[in-house]
Amino acid sequence: MEDLLNAYDMSLIRTAAVMVIMALSLNLITGFCGQISLGHAAFMGVGAYTSVVLSINGVDFILGTLAGMALAGILGILVGLTSLRVRHDFLAITTMGIVFLFSGIVEQSSFLGDTDGLSGYPHPAYGDFAYMVMTILLAIAVMLLSIYIRRSWMGATFKSIGDDEDTARILGIDVSLYKLAAFVMGTSLAGLAGSLYAHQTTIIQAENFGFIESITVLSMVVFGGVGSIAGVTVAAIVLTLLPLWSQFIGDYKLLFYGGLLFLMMRFAPYGLAGIVVRLQRLVFRRTGDTG
Amino acid sequence: MTTVLEVRDLRVVFGGVTAVDGVSFSVDDGQLLGLIGPNGAGKTTVMRSITGIVRPTSGNILLDGQRVTGLPIHRRMRRGLALSQQLVRPFREMSVIENVAFAAGYRKTGNPLKSLVTFDWTQERARATELLAMVEISSYADADTGSVPLGVLKRLEVARALALDPKVLLLDEPLAGLNSNEAVTLGDTIKRLNGDGLTVVLIEHNLGEVMRICPRLVVLDNGRKIGDGPAQEVMADPDVRAAYLGTGAGGSHAAA
Repeated sequence: MEDLLNAYDMSLIRTAAVMVIMALSLNLITGFCGQISLGHAAFMGVGAYTSVVLSINGVDFILGTLAGMALAGILGILVGLTSLRVRHDFLAITTMGIVFLFSGIVEQSSFLGDTDGLSGYPHPAYGDFAYMVMTILLAIAVMLLSIYIRRSWMGATFKSIGDDEDTARILGIDVSLYKLAAFVMGTSLAGLAGSLYAHQTTIIQAENFGFIESITVLSMVVFGGVGSIAGVTVAAIVLTLLPLWSQFIGDYKLLFYGGLLFLMMRFAPYGLAGIVVRLQRLVFRRTGDTG
Repeated sequence: MTTVLEVRDLRVVFGGVTAVDGVSFSVDDGQLLGLIGPNGAGKTTVMRSITGIVRPTSGNILLDGQRVTGLPIHRRMRRGLALSQQLVRPFREMSVIENVAFAAGYRKTGNPLKSLVTFDWTQERARATELLAMVEISSYADADTGSVPLGVLKRLEVARALALDPKVLLLDEPLAGLNSNEAVTLGDTIKRLNGDGLTVVLIEHNLGEVMRICPRLVVLDNGRKIGDGPAQEVMADPDVRAAYLGTGAGGSHAAA
């Protein structure tokens, strides 16, 4: 197996697996709980920078990753507190501010490498193949976690809040506490994605975790179908690999994602998952007609 | 009779406009109280102050003798209030029965950590099935909420509120938008629920139905309470008639 894949293939698969984790983590907040976030990449950045700074200081990769997840989760609670005060478009603008705040702080901090970023930090000694397998397994674990949450009473409660939070309150739901739970889970998983990303590349810079990356992740969630675990997973893989395979899409990445976001919102608001459901209905109706 | 719900000297001012001005009334266990008044009388503001959507300027709301005035909405609901909203708002991604079962799972959703490790819906579905039968919409149990008529959604609101096992059920214009047949049958359902021992506060514009099913009325006008007592007596009061009909129909009180 190891011989079949060259270093480039493995890096593609690793990147796709990291983006699956990233997209599913945003899906917990936006898809399950209905809270839009335009700044999700900042939490990935917090995870990346925390684990890299710790590994430079001799801390083990796993411990560093856990610390990155914890710090991203704590900051997630702070942003989540904003979501308790503002809704919808205001929340979008507030969360957008987070990425700029993140870049601003990183680019002004010498211990975070200023605008040059951090490079030459120690990597885990697993080897490329083992690292790839680990990221795939973690991506599968996050998928299973998403399915688990969706099926639990917490999943149903998220669904009610995403649908109509005022009515959820009338039914005795502590909406604030559930929103914070969604933010803390989603942002700490983004921290995990950040640490995995940082340790499979050789340099991290603030721009890797900026507004464009946030929009990229959001377009994965929208393209896949907000809330759909399978749809978002497929979308994360396809949208990660497309720009790497096609030079043209790679060159016009922002235009591509922006256009995609617009087209999906306008014509297929339920994303890939919605298109599949519509096709299924169409096929069943056809077979029903003829049968 | 013990008092379940008490509204004590409630005053609500919105930007200089007094919407509710010193209203007090109490509801005893097992009563069916009609809270009525012309448009703008302050009924909805009183209801919203009871549920916690509106924060009163002064005054208190007591549930089972305990002050709930400072509590957030969800905690009041968990103390024994339930509201059937005027505008039906079913969760669109859940079927009719799932809407009720979700509400019935309030013990499982009280704490996010507990909700994360709980999966079983058996009891809640069974309870939801009972409640749908109680409000007579069992045949719509598995229907999508987007495809059922308003009359069914109004009953769904009631069933979902009942799923919280409330001490007091607040009904905000449950009959609005229904035709006269539907209004009468839902009125009968409300009366039957009350007959089974449930305490109900009903805000309603359909005066005919209110008079038919409510033994006691509280009447508001311009934010003040102008009547409180047995329905027939209250409606015979000249002040109430004047406020309601706006014709100065009244005798000495209205003129005074």
